[in-house]
Amino acid sequence: MSGFISVRNVYFKYDENENGAEQGFALNGVDLEIKKGEFAAVVGHNGSGKSTLAKHFNSIYLPTTGDVIVDGMNTKDDDSLFDIRKKVGLVLQNPDNQIVAGIVEEDVAFGCENLGVPPKEIRKRVDEALKAVDMYEYRRHSPDKLSGGQKQRIAIAGILAMEPECIVLDEPTAMLDPRGREEVIDAVTKLNKERGMTVILITHYMEEAVLADRVIMIDSGKVFLDGTPREVFSKVELLKQHRLDVPQAAELNYKLRSCGLDLPECVLDENECAEALMKLLGSR
Amino acid sequence: MSVIKVEELKLIYGAGTPFQKTAIDGVSFEIEQGEFLGIIGHTGSGKSTLVQLLNGLLRPTEGKICLNGKDIWEKPKKIREVRFKVGMVFQYPEYQLFEETVYKDIAFGPKNMGLSDEEIDERVRKAASFTGLGDEYLQRSPFDLSGGEKRRAAIAGVVSMDPDVLILDEPTAGLDPLGRDALLSQIKTYHDVRKNTVILVSHSMEDIARITDRILVMNKGRKVMLDTAANVFSRGEELEKIGLRVPQITKIMMLLRQKGIPVDTSVLTVEQGFNEILSLARSSV
Repeated sequence: MSGFISVRNVYFKYDENENGAEQGFALNGVDLEIKKGEFAAVVGHNGSGKSTLAKHFNSIYLPTTGDVIVDGMNTKDDDSLFDIRKKVGLVLQNPDNQIVAGIVEEDVAFGCENLGVPPKEIRKRVDEALKAVDMYEYRRHSPDKLSGGQKQRIAIAGILAMEPECIVLDEPTAMLDPRGREEVIDAVTKLNKERGMTVILITHYMEEAVLADRVIMIDSGKVFLDGTPREVFSKVELLKQHRLDVPQAAELNYKLRSCGLDLPECVLDENECAEALMKLLGSR
Repeated sequence: MSVIKVEELKLIYGAGTPFQKTAIDGVSFEIEQGEFLGIIGHTGSGKSTLVQLLNGLLRPTEGKICLNGKDIWEKPKKIREVRFKVGMVFQYPEYQLFEETVYKDIAFGPKNMGLSDEEIDERVRKAASFTGLGDEYLQRSPFDLSGGEKRRAAIAGVVSMDPDVLILDEPTAGLDPLGRDALLSQIKTYHDVRKNTVILVSHSMEDIARITDRILVMNKGRKVMLDTAANVFSRGEELEKIGLRVPQITKIMMLLRQKGIPVDTSVLTVEQGFNEILSLARSSV
């Protein structure tokens, strides 16, 4: 069975810029299957093509060549546009660019209203969406008085209210402080684990990528590594060659292991790392 | 001598309205000439308000800010000079690029200072090279640059005013690891060469730990700590209580310490952690 979203040999080129300078391909032959219910993180440095890829998932960009199929529908097919955007919701980096209304619950309702959902149903969906991201008590607040993490959760609630099957988040935490980052990532993880929502998280933060089921590494518009966090983050040298970070815990473990210390192949977070080091140091 | 001295600073937004909010609440500290200070605090802790007070963009409700020993609000009409002396790079400064060429954009500040064309030229080139932009960039449109290059051009636009104090608010937000490391090391080099005072506001504990001399921790408009990086991050539990985190490597050391392994918890970089564990593992053989 093919995936929920399948990206087939996609190449993508932006239009010429003002000076008429020829631009290279931003996507350079991407093949990818995202399964239903999967939590996938897409990681790559600036200009690697990860955001360009994200915008292919719900038909904001169309492949120059190749196809993107969402639940059996080709994103190039105009007639499917509405259905595709209903199934795949997109959350962007800057929370301030995504808020349209003066009251939190009105903002969350905006998407549903445009879909023509009956008012009673909207009420229900908005309440549920706000509860899902833990922002229900703020429903009558004005969004401009909220923190970045709270605003970003409102943006996620707005997408949820449209009841998509998949949510794509393009660096949703880049502008947030550590606490805001945790709030957003907790909310997203919960949606995936408790509701089986398909989640595609584009991020720079490796600490967030380790929480996904699958990590897809992109460079020069191509996938160069695709696997579980454990598989991916054990390849420290390869990641560094591609200008990517690894979590400090994984890096420390890798360096010590390279010196011949008896440590696991890969640790993902501080707890695993401390545990492995305890075993090593405590047993002596 | 202290370049900036802040005494009992207080700022109330919307005083007398129902939205009245005390953003800065009785903060006092001194910053030494040539120091590299980091400011951390979660969203709403008052750190951005504080830096805007430092260069006279906001006027304190109470208290005093002295720059080189002089109260900056002594003559309110002269506040413009303070802004040349205390340069401020805002968050996402690339949104403020506006000129036709990178050169003109960087020259905008010095031009407003009334400098001669030769001086302006010298400053532009120096500032561009400080931020890692070669001469070949100067005649290009700032809008054709990559995100990281735009950020550099925007920072050069402030550096070109040759401020005594350079404030950067989240300069690495949104950059990838390589871009972040390159920019931080350029800021560090600039600080080493120019020997002025640099204030870095950041959410990234790893960045702050790596390059600053001292760290000011803000919470709810108050100063919570002002100390060396090692001392600040050794108080990891207190930091977590106010919504901050210690670098992951420091956290690993804290966990080991809790379990009775005699490691140094003031470790701030992977390199230090690596040496610490390695010497411990080898000595216990």
